[in-house]
Amino acid sequence: MNKVIKYVIIDILRSKIVLAYTLLLLIISFSVFSLEGNSTKGLLSLLNLILFIVPLVSIIFSTIYIYNSAEFIELLVSQPLKRKNIWSSLFSGLSVSLSLAFLVGTGLPIMFYEPSATGYVMVLVGCFLSVIFVGIAMLASVINRDKAKGIGAAILIWLYFALIFDGLVLFLLFQLSDYPLEKPMMIISGLNPIDLSRITVLLRLDESALMGYTGAVFKDFFGTNIGFITTLISLIIWILIPFAISLRRFKHKDL
Amino acid sequence: MRSAIFFCAFLHLLIFPQISGAKTWKVGSQFPNKSIQSAIDMSKDGDTILVASGTYHEKNITINKSVVVLGKGMPVLDGDGKYEIVSIKAWHVVFSGFKLQHTGYASLTDPAAIKIYNSNYVTVSDNVLDDTFFGIYAQYSKKSIIKNNKLTSFGKEEQQIGNGIHCWKSDSMQIIGNTITGHRDGIYFEFVTNSVIWRNHSVSNLRYGLHFMFSHDDAYVANVFSGNGAGVAVMFSHGVKMFYNTFSENWGDAAYGILLKEISDSYIEGNRFIKNTMGIFMEGANRVTLKRNTFHNNGWALKIFASCMDVTVSSNNFFGNTFDVGTNGTLVLNTFNGNYWDKYEGYDLNRDKIGDVPYRPISMYSVIIEKNPPAMILFRSIMVSLLDKTEKLIPSLTPENLKDETPSMKPLEL
Amino acid sequence: MIKLQNISKKFGKLKALDDVSIHFSKGECIALIGPNGCGKTTMIKSILGMAVPDSGQILFNDKNISPDWKYRSQIGYMPQIGRYPDNMNIGQVISMMKDIRHSDQLQLDEELIHNFELSKMLNKRLSTLSGGTRQKVSAVLAFLFNPEVLILDEPTAGLDPVSSEILKEKINKEKQKGKLILITSHVLSELDDLITQVVFMQDGKLKFHNTIEELKQETGEQKLSKAIAKIMLKEATHE
Repeated sequence: MNKVIKYVIIDILRSKIVLAYTLLLLIISFSVFSLEGNSTKGLLSLLNLILFIVPLVSIIFSTIYIYNSAEFIELLVSQPLKRKNIWSSLFSGLSVSLSLAFLVGTGLPIMFYEPSATGYVMVLVGCFLSVIFVGIAMLASVINRDKAKGIGAAILIWLYFALIFDGLVLFLLFQLSDYPLEKPMMIISGLNPIDLSRITVLLRLDESALMGYTGAVFKDFFGTNIGFITTLISLIIWILIPFAISLRRFKHKDL
Repeated sequence: MRSAIFFCAFLHLLIFPQISGAKTWKVGSQFPNKSIQSAIDMSKDGDTILVASGTYHEKNITINKSVVVLGKGMPVLDGDGKYEIVSIKAWHVVFSGFKLQHTGYASLTDPAAIKIYNSNYVTVSDNVLDDTFFGIYAQYSKKSIIKNNKLTSFGKEEQQIGNGIHCWKSDSMQIIGNTITGHRDGIYFEFVTNSVIWRNHSVSNLRYGLHFMFSHDDAYVANVFSGNGAGVAVMFSHGVKMFYNTFSENWGDAAYGILLKEISDSYIEGNRFIKNTMGIFMEGANRVTLKRNTFHNNGWALKIFASCMDVTVSSNNFFGNTFDVGTNGTLVLNTFNGNYWDKYEGYDLNRDKIGDVPYRPISMYSVIIEKNPPAMILFRSIMVSLLDKTEKLIPSLTPENLKDETPSMKPLEL
Repeated sequence: MIKLQNISKKFGKLKALDDVSIHFSKGECIALIGPNGCGKTTMIKSILGMAVPDSGQILFNDKNISPDWKYRSQIGYMPQIGRYPDNMNIGQVISMMKDIRHSDQLQLDEELIHNFELSKMLNKRLSTLSGGTRQKVSAVLAFLFNPEVLILDEPTAGLDPVSSEILKEKINKEKQKGKLILITSHVLSELDDLITQVVFMQDGKLKFHNTIEELKQETGEQKLSKAIAKIMLKEATHE
């Protein structure tokens, strides 16, 4: 299994796209930090970019990679290898390389400008988002045989988590504005890894003071160690479930 | 400074001829007079009591004659954590040059390091206060001066500490150049009129840096209010003038640069608001002019409730605030003009340095969270920035007439 | 060596394999023929475990293949279109496959690398290669590990005549060693002299499975292609 991971990683790292992604992140991070005089403020601007770019690149790149590797996967399947190992290797390979790109592209500038606990939480959250969206991408591509459909699905999924979900939340908030919604919102935010990541980092920044009562309720839970661990567990679940489903489908897939 | 006080003392002698022939009493371990209180008891109006350095544990010193009490070499008056250290109960007292420490702590009697009771023309200057419940407390005083004192306390909770400089039912007071830290409210005014507060530093107090109620026609000039638990609160007063003050770092859940509640006919000009959760929060303010202020990196630069009328916001600079203006409701009876907004994206075709399209300082999201506070969990999400962008192009939810018709293209030089 | 028992496989409404039972034994060189979409490739893929049959079972050396994956170490597979990670060169692909298949325990057969003169091209990236060269790489990989079974999907399509001849010789050589060789091909004449058995499929059904001698006797034709054409004609008139 490890051998396949090795070749997947080598293959991905050789493609210029991941390199370009790393460079893009580096340029963005350094320019954000040097433009914002205050590095906490830089962190905040960076947060928005991370929440936008990382899931998008992760899901699109992984989907395309899986489709482009169809024949390679076919070749591997015809070899004396377990399907589970092949699929897990692809997943690990993609996750490691995209997380690595993120670590270099964003982790380095953060370590340089803002080596605080909040900074490191942000790096951690970014890595999680990278891996989560690799898993979702693999699910999207194992379900759709057609490449165009698969990429379309990937973009829609991204759009859903980045935008539509929040729109629905807002709609819900207005529909149910007569009820106290702070606590249910905590669970709802767990249904979207992007929201969960955003809130986790935001609550550690000074900006959270602007969030008033809602922020305070959230801080009461997410600010504690138990809250942080719960967040991590939810993010891990967000990695495991899509990947597990995709693995089940892949095991029975005709190539 | 010291010579100025002696000059004051000298003036007193000139002004009140009936006490000519005034004596100077020396107090200290090397003098026959070892106790300040006994020197006061022996003295007459117009006398001077000179206290040499050393530590004095006199429980309470009551100054009930119009005398000048001067410390030489910062003598220490210690209240042993039980007593009010100095009580001034006579007019024209000058009290200067002491270090006062460890007052009693009690919320019933409000012990202070220095308390002025029903006396006018009192001067309290150049003292250092350390670990006091209340610092300098004035009640029913007129035309008194509190100047260049340094007050430090170590309050942990609001209920267990008093205010730094506390004035009650007083008039024509001058509070100048004091530094106040660690009290409940740095400077507290209740029913104080026609007074001036000038060049004070009120920093890191538990509740408000400055807090006043029912105090009319006072002027606040060139003070610094920074890092206080809740900023500055100003309530139920008219004729307030605030010029060239700095309100900064009042950051927290319910912190304000200034909280204005039921304020009318007032001027807030040339102040700087830096990194406050809310720069100015206004509720029930009438005829208030905000002019030539700078708002930097605040959460909300201004929050103006619909209960405000005739508030004029003009020629201010707004930089890097998360929200420029927030309001509840849609009724707007206030005027915005000629401000510089860093978020303004308009153009200036005729090059008159005034933007050709109006600026709407209120974002859609700030309207949403005002209506539905839990929507705050969407703070900083992509959807919110998209909503705000859309609203800028096609305004629908934000109050129609809340806009700056003449936004400045460049930051104003203030 | 390989037994298919009542294998059926549907893709949507299309029956790619319809209750197919067949036995391929050692030492044979079997041609799988039939019109496009007749189920040849599906059958190969089922044997390789790339497609999962809806029903029936496949035995490899009398062992069911479905829970097992190790049997594939005894198969060399040359796909119709060989595509490999774009960013690797030929040498890297070959060493990767060696790596994956734990080749250190095996006798490697690198004859084709020399015969195709690939050793000069080891540094070329796969994305820059022509279809023919890719075919050569696929062939090399199929034979490299000295497998007991060779499954070749349209092996000569896209190869130039010289390479085609090299491959043919190689297949012949392996046949002599007593290996089982499965070939699908449209162009039969090229392989005429290699083949010992013919399997003909149509619409997912097995039409016949004969030795070449039986076939020639039955039809009276000497050329394989003509013999098959005759049979197909006969089948058509039957229906």
